[in-house]
Amino acid sequence: MSQANSLSVPHLLGIKDLTKEDITLILDTAVTFKEVINRPVKKVPSLRDLTVANLFFEDSTRTRISFELAEKRLSADVINFSASSSSVKKGETLLDTVNNILAMKVDMIVMRHPAPGAPHFLARHISARILNAGDGTHEHPTQALLDAYSMREQLGDLEGKKIAIVGDILHSRVALSNIFCLKKLGAEVKVCGPPTLIPKYITSLGVGVEHDVEKTLRWCDAANILRIQLERQDIKYFPSLREYALYFGIDKALLNRLDKPVVIMHPGPINRGVEITSDAADSEHSIILQQVENGVAVRMAALYLLAGKRQ
Amino acid sequence: MNQERIILSQERFALTIERLCHQLIEHFDRFEDACIIGIQPRGVLLSDRIHARLMQLLDAPSLLYGKMDITFYRDDYRLRSKPLLPSTTSMDFQVDNKNVLLIDDVLYSGRTVQAALAALNDYGRPRSVELAVLIDRRFNRHLPIQADFTGMAIDALDQAYVQVEWAHTDGEDRVLLFADKKDRDK
Repeated sequence: MSQANSLSVPHLLGIKDLTKEDITLILDTAVTFKEVINRPVKKVPSLRDLTVANLFFEDSTRTRISFELAEKRLSADVINFSASSSSVKKGETLLDTVNNILAMKVDMIVMRHPAPGAPHFLARHISARILNAGDGTHEHPTQALLDAYSMREQLGDLEGKKIAIVGDILHSRVALSNIFCLKKLGAEVKVCGPPTLIPKYITSLGVGVEHDVEKTLRWCDAANILRIQLERQDIKYFPSLREYALYFGIDKALLNRLDKPVVIMHPGPINRGVEITSDAADSEHSIILQQVENGVAVRMAALYLLAGKRQ
Repeated sequence: MNQERIILSQERFALTIERLCHQLIEHFDRFEDACIIGIQPRGVLLSDRIHARLMQLLDAPSLLYGKMDITFYRDDYRLRSKPLLPSTTSMDFQVDNKNVLLIDDVLYSGRTVQAALAALNDYGRPRSVELAVLIDRRFNRHLPIQADFTGMAIDALDQAYVQVEWAHTDGEDRVLLFADKKDRDK
């Protein structure tokens, strides 16, 4: 167990604001929650006096269900909100929407928003605790934490481990949060993808850049494969999906060619046959479904540690 | 000025645990249909000792023994300035129809035991639950909870603090009484 027993931040807006101790504290606490969610009775009463609002201004399956389960397993009251069926359509501003929800005595906000920085903006204007569940192409802190947790489960301490992030780095909040998180935990990180999908100054974050998938996989202990985010691509970044799959897609034959085991991860949703083929995604190298299981435990830990002192 | 006092020295400490074990055998016989559950983190130090000694005395191959963390069941968790950090739970059995023996080191307000009873609900419906403690601080209870087996009962003021130390973690088996909680941190 780590030394500190509380987080240095009031909100979980991004991994960038966390210290190494914060990250370790969340991961260590998640270990106990993983034990809880594997019991016959998967629920503990820790947050029974809290109400949490899940505000999803952007589509989500895994993250929303995962957060909702985490909240329910901590006995919090949960309300769900999605932008498509709300007054946002009538032109209400973000701050007005949130203030109206808070007026109904909500204690914590979990928010996904298409605009980078939206949760940071909210944090300056409201008193409730905020957890960022993804803001545009910026950060997705709980995903990075659950990825780190899953890697730690497979590889042990991440200090000095070699981790690759493959795919659409430019549009990926998962990539950015993963880079911050892994660097803080002392891992070596390389990103790999077509030059057009790798941000120009990414090396300033202390990561290596590679354009050859096979070389990258030979180098790394674990590879996080990212989805091509077509919905965020306003121009053509590569000629065709077929060509992307040919040069950057990962299949079983490629994994078999490597003479060592590589842990294959994917934050979902998978575009089967594009960034990864079915035989690779469902192979023994893949821990994609373990990541999803760990997601609930990690989010329980983050909610538990942020819930803080009763006013 | 040192404000601490040894209320249970090494020799008496050993005797007290020995006596507790014999009392438990008198009551639970061979621990058929019974299980021992230590409360994490400090209660487990006592339950480890008792469990090991009971195995010797009964010459039993195994006794059902679990360690339970009750952090998430505490009612005071959000009243503290910092979150409580959990320990690990290892309970690989259900307590349905069992006679459960809960073990903790010090019984004070009774809130830990209340949380343990709540946590126990998640592992089934025990036939009975009994409580063994090394130190019972009488007159400091906030709840109607009493110990069934007591190593030593003491009367101390609310601001006092009782600390149970163990040879393998703290260097020596002994129980200290601090007149004031604050002295302990010095």
